[in-house]
Amino acid sequence: MGKTRAFDVTTLPGFTFIAILAFVLLYAPIVTLVIYSFNGGNSVNQWGGFSLEWYAVAAQNEAVQDATARSLIIAVWASVISTALATMAALGTTRRGKFTGQTVIYVIINQPLMVPEIVTAVALLIFFSSVKVATGYSGLGYLILAHSAFCIPFAYLPIKARLEGMDTTMETAAADLYATPLQTFRYVTLPLLLPGVIAGAMLAFIISLDNVIITEFVKSAGQDTLPTYMLGQLRRALTPEVNAISTALLALTILILTLFVFVTKKRG
Amino acid sequence: MNTDIAIDARNVGKIYGSGAGAVTALGDVSISIKKGEFFTLLGPSGCGKTTLLRCIAGFETPTKGSIHLSGTDITYDPPYQRPVNTVFQSYALFPHLTVAQNVGFGLKMRGAAAADVAQAVDRVLALVKLEDFANRLPQQLSGGQQQRVALARALAPEPQVLLLDEPLSALDLKLRKEMQSELKRLQAETGITFIFVTHDQEEALTMSDRIGVMSAGALLQVGTPHDIYDRPTTRFVADFIGETNFLEGSVEDHQVRIGTGDLLAVPLEGETGPVTLAIRPEQVSVTSAQADMSGKITDATYMGTDTHYTIELKDGSPLVARIQSKSTATFDVGDTVGVAIDARAVQVLKS
Amino acid sequence: MSRPETGRKAPRSKGVDGWLLSAPALILLIVAASGPLLIVAIYSVLEKGDYSGVRWILSGEGWFRVLFERDIFDQTISLADANLSIFWRSIKLSIATTIITFGFGLPTAWFIATRPARSRAFWLFLITVPFWTNLLIRTFAIMEVIRNQGILNTFLTHFGLISEPIQILYTDTAVLIGMTYVYLPLMVLPLYAAIDRFDFRLIEAGYDLYASRWQVLRGVILPIIKPGIVAGSILVFIPSLGAYVTPRVLGGGKNMMIGNFIELQFGQGQNWPLGAALSTLLLLVVLVSLIVYTRVSSKDNTNG
Repeated sequence: MGKTRAFDVTTLPGFTFIAILAFVLLYAPIVTLVIYSFNGGNSVNQWGGFSLEWYAVAAQNEAVQDATARSLIIAVWASVISTALATMAALGTTRRGKFTGQTVIYVIINQPLMVPEIVTAVALLIFFSSVKVATGYSGLGYLILAHSAFCIPFAYLPIKARLEGMDTTMETAAADLYATPLQTFRYVTLPLLLPGVIAGAMLAFIISLDNVIITEFVKSAGQDTLPTYMLGQLRRALTPEVNAISTALLALTILILTLFVFVTKKRG
Repeated sequence: MNTDIAIDARNVGKIYGSGAGAVTALGDVSISIKKGEFFTLLGPSGCGKTTLLRCIAGFETPTKGSIHLSGTDITYDPPYQRPVNTVFQSYALFPHLTVAQNVGFGLKMRGAAAADVAQAVDRVLALVKLEDFANRLPQQLSGGQQQRVALARALAPEPQVLLLDEPLSALDLKLRKEMQSELKRLQAETGITFIFVTHDQEEALTMSDRIGVMSAGALLQVGTPHDIYDRPTTRFVADFIGETNFLEGSVEDHQVRIGTGDLLAVPLEGETGPVTLAIRPEQVSVTSAQADMSGKITDATYMGTDTHYTIELKDGSPLVARIQSKSTATFDVGDTVGVAIDARAVQVLKS
Repeated sequence: MSRPETGRKAPRSKGVDGWLLSAPALILLIVAASGPLLIVAIYSVLEKGDYSGVRWILSGEGWFRVLFERDIFDQTISLADANLSIFWRSIKLSIATTIITFGFGLPTAWFIATRPARSRAFWLFLITVPFWTNLLIRTFAIMEVIRNQGILNTFLTHFGLISEPIQILYTDTAVLIGMTYVYLPLMVLPLYAAIDRFDFRLIEAGYDLYASRWQVLRGVILPIIKPGIVAGSILVFIPSLGAYVTPRVLGGGKNMMIGNFIELQFGQGQNWPLGAALSTLLLLVVLVSLIVYTRVSSKDNTNG
């Protein structure tokens, strides 16, 4: 930054300042939220000393316990289902060269990334409400189904990226060494693909865990997940309890993302 | 049925695509490779040698013809049912498996008992001198070591035929020389039929029992390295293997008259009419004295032990001579010199 | 080794395998994502039900009500001002969000892309964390900052810059701040990807040919990273236009955007065909933007 430094073509005036400002503005609110989750006392405006009080309150709240369990159940199912289907689709679209209709498959798979969530939410509301009437079933299945569907593109991307970086000569070599197609998949393709599959499952898990809009429209009465519970708790200001839940969710997200970075870095 | 034949390819053709966009990779290739032979498929890239190899391995299905292994038709067998293994150009070692697991892979897939696999792995790793690396991962090895693992992996299941797809091309010159003799040794020790694909004519000449020269999807000539070098039957083979001068001429009175008007007493086998003479540069000698022919030196390139002179003959056709640098006389560009051709060694090609 | 039963049979075509393997994912997506969109389109041309839902009678009323309203007593037709103001707010706020995120996003992406390789991963991680963090949490966080007793007002009052807290929450400004905040990473990431591929020697060439810093930015850098700019703008504009959570939390019911307006139509006793028509309209706008985007980016690709 000093004036004595050689002319640096990569610096543009003001850019560094705005960038640092952007990072500060990006993190300041989150950090504040985290700090206030440790606030003792009842007021959300006054600092009442460090305390884990609100975490205890949230943890003992039966509605929170229910919503947490429901969020986790849905996220586990959604990530397992979407990752399994995305893995198959990725194998189908990358391992066998170009074929007719490939673009159609890409468009359908990536559709949840393109359509505004509110539109999908409304569509599912209409569709599932008639299914609910027709079948009489109103369990978690609808949420799991909806979450699995919109998680597919997120699981698909890292798996596809991994497959595209993988040499097909590995499979050729396996076939040369007496491995049947099934053995080739079991002993060569799958182990090599595993980091991509794990990464895909983690992204799907985060996406499911964080979903608000579709969940809000699809859920039946009494099927709150953590995010919809938090949205329902919204008053003029946040309750310290919601702060605590938010911080816990944030910690979980960062943990999974860090793992994700490690898993994807080990490739190659 | 000849029991000495390992691979018998009959009228094998491979066409990719169909209609106007069809590409012929192999025209109509027939070849018999003997058991225990070190056979090399030699040709420039795109000549179809790798396609033929992949047809033998089972990675490609020929569009016509058949391939027999020890008398059994294997044309449509999937690769995992053929007792044939490949050393890949890129090695294709499994990065998630150790050296030992890589080498034992084929036997494991065939359902061999763990103890037998372990024993075979030890034996083959000893053969390629990599006993100490059994528990390493491929990426922890040097290029030359990876090459040996790829070899060991393909040898471990004791295939009837080992296919080698330009396996040395990724190595530097010194390592390549080492591996060439290593491959010869392994072939002699195991007695396995080797089919080796390369575009490097020197590699082919030094290693092979027999060579098949390919061009544009066709097999042009099959023979020992001596046959191929000394008696090329086509202009392509003569040109591709080593350096060659070509002089056009026509048969006259059991000799060949070339463009300069000179007559050369080359060995003829009943050829008549126009012919092409293939003359190796070392068969041309240059003197300052009068000789059969004369010409003018247009280029002299010093190459260490040899010096290459390009001579323009009377009719303007160029002729390259390779003269040992330590020979007494040296010449300069512009010198007029006498030229003599060792006519008995000249190969006559039909024009 | 005997010849297998299959004999000379041609191997199954690649396309068949590709479709078979993709089929489960496609079926799930069609059942629980794409297919229901068709139902929405159909509902938009049906008659409104008495209580809620629809009657299966064709009707243009849903689409009609997007722009017009009919007086209950004398049936005169007039433009639906309330709807128009919601559309206008949605478009205005989405464009503003795109511009502001670009203003912050370009320097940020540039900054990350010009870091040394080792620390670049760290800065990139700092941008991806908010990207993957729950949208609701981020909206809550910004709400804490801008509410009347929040840090911003406390800070400003403390230093005597203002005497009364400024009412930001539940205004359009709040929604704009919120959307800028939550969608900034969506602008930074594609810009970063474009700048990362940028050949910095071109800047040297620009300076060598007497361009000023501003001329280099306008004449060299921006045209080359244009695909990244277009991608980032689309990625911010589309979710902004369909935003639901941020205007609901920060706009406080009054300052609705299309997303909230759509939701409103699906409550009890409301107008489902109108909601379906609004959803279809939103979907069409997004589709057109995406088509324009693919056109622009493929044209850029062919031009080099």
